[in-house]
Amino acid sequence: MTTTEVKSEQKAAKPVTQLGDRIFAGSAKGAGIAILVVLAGVASFLLIEAFPAVTAPESELPGGLVAYVGPLIFGTLLGAVIALVVATPAAVAVALFISHYAPRRLSQGLSYIVDLLAAVPSIVYGLWGAWTLAPLSVPLSNWLTDNLGWIPLFAGPASTTGRTMMVVGLVLAVMILPIITAVAREVFLQTPSLHEEAALALGATRWEMIRMAVLPFGRSGIISGAMLGLGRALGETMAVAMILSVSGAVTFNLISSENPGTIAANIALQFPEASGITVNVLIASGLVLFVITLLVNMLARYIVERRRDFSGAN
Amino acid sequence: MTGTGLEAPASTTPAVLRRKGSLPRWAPLGILAATAVVMAGVAAATGSGVGLWAFLTAVVYAVATYTTSRVVEGARKAADRLVTVIVTGAFVLAMVPLVSVLWTVIAQGWERFDVTFFTNSMRGIVGEGGGALHAIQGTLIITGLAAAMSIPVGVLTAIYLVEYGSNSKLSRAITFFVDVMTGIPSIVAGLFAYALFTLLLGPGVRFGFVGAVALTVLMIPIVVRSTEEMLKIVPNELREAAFALGVPKWRTILKVVIPTTAGGIATGITLAIARVIGETAPLLVTVGLATGVNLNPFDSRMATLPVFSYYSYATPGVPRDPFLDRAWTAALVLMLIVMILNVVARLISRYFSPKTR
Repeated sequence: MTTTEVKSEQKAAKPVTQLGDRIFAGSAKGAGIAILVVLAGVASFLLIEAFPAVTAPESELPGGLVAYVGPLIFGTLLGAVIALVVATPAAVAVALFISHYAPRRLSQGLSYIVDLLAAVPSIVYGLWGAWTLAPLSVPLSNWLTDNLGWIPLFAGPASTTGRTMMVVGLVLAVMILPIITAVAREVFLQTPSLHEEAALALGATRWEMIRMAVLPFGRSGIISGAMLGLGRALGETMAVAMILSVSGAVTFNLISSENPGTIAANIALQFPEASGITVNVLIASGLVLFVITLLVNMLARYIVERRRDFSGAN
Repeated sequence: MTGTGLEAPASTTPAVLRRKGSLPRWAPLGILAATAVVMAGVAAATGSGVGLWAFLTAVVYAVATYTTSRVVEGARKAADRLVTVIVTGAFVLAMVPLVSVLWTVIAQGWERFDVTFFTNSMRGIVGEGGGALHAIQGTLIITGLAAAMSIPVGVLTAIYLVEYGSNSKLSRAITFFVDVMTGIPSIVAGLFAYALFTLLLGPGVRFGFVGAVALTVLMIPIVVRSTEEMLKIVPNELREAAFALGVPKWRTILKVVIPTTAGGIATGITLAIARVIGETAPLLVTVGLATGVNLNPFDSRMATLPVFSYYSYATPGVPRDPFLDRAWTAALVLMLIVMILNVVARLISRYFSPKTR
């Protein structure tokens, strides 16, 4: 609505119904302000509860907060990055399949099916990962360490239970795939059809048309979708808590039984039995996680906004 | 777009001008069938499993298609065919975990999907038997409370943003912070609710309402986003027509704007509920687990389906099997609830969505 409309409307409506309008507008505004208050609350309460951990004496928290959170940050990033590396190419391909390869009539139904993947609760992914995928991964891990052991990622010795960072990364990849796919699909569908038809008219094959018209147009969409997926993977708790066998080691070795924990999973595992300063330390680590995901998400929004400025689609 | 436009000129061009031929329509399927059969022979000979067979078939099929097409049709069409194989393969690959998850949960959860599971709690249960009545009730109560808090706030905020905000400083701030809220990890929302009630009531608080507050933090941004999108697609002509008839703004919103898009808003709300009902981490932190029925969300711990499933799996008693069975059945029930909510949301949007798109 433009400002002139609002002004003229207010002038006209003022004498007639002041009370109803004021109550309604006030409650709508109040709800909006309530959200801001809640968010300010989130930040300040977490800060208050986390503060004791920062100032804790050496005797209560050996090594200090940084030594406690450091390996967890490493594990969180490692798992999320594996998920991102696996999921992004697959998600782009799935989005392309839905938008440009599948028959038009099927594509709506197919995107519902992919969205179903996003609807599965994380506890179910946790059970599935620990029960089905982890045992399945053992032969693969053995093969990887036998044949590709010279790569530090697969140095081994392979875990016999399969509760490894690799499995966590794969499960996280499955969880973020639908998010990236949804964003990429939307952007691919917005490709100006004139660009596509022009490419085809010049004799391009379907793949050449996609490479010349669709992918350049959708690049920022892919990036921001991947960022949103990364944000989700960083904060994922239960799947990691149920699958990963944690030793606290800081290592890039993805298939051994020595794994770094992640912030979110560590909170879920430790918090129910925690008391005293441990509670504050865990809340402080949660705050760190919040800041990391916030940065990632804001980067994603920034990329989307920038695309809006430059593209002629809107 | 389908590629037929490219094949047609090739077939009408005189044979002299055609430098390369084209593969017959049945060629991709033929190659696929041949590859599958050959690989089945190889797999049988080496004694490898279905997974390896499918993987080898896919790889060999991609290579075979590319080579054949390269020889017959040339490099550009070969690349096109190769990408088609890869893209289709990626889609099939993405379906594998979905099917596997559904299959595992149904197969494992079916064992205890019986009347006892829905009519008994875990009070006094040591080994077999018992059920998740208390957990189902807890999930419904806590999610209901969260919905009761977040739906009014979320919908009103969206109304403010679309109808009253008109790009003011406040509305831009709200939009930004709703975006921020969307990215809050669920466990951090749980920690927030815990920290809030710790400051109010002292350390160690665990009861249903704390969990509901945590879920509210997660649910509000989803409701705001979807409602906002829906309100935005209501055409301005409807509002202007109402104003022209002298209808005050609040009645215009209540009687014209919202009824027009009620289906869309309901869809968004249903999806938001489906999203938070499966949340485990915040409830693990704030509500804990109880063995018996507790219908009072303001007093002591409460069981919920996801947390019940988690603890049954992570800390089983002796013997283990009854606990694992209950964990799977709880997961199955939870997934059924989520799926039903999703289907309901689709149905609402199909039958009640505004016809103005």
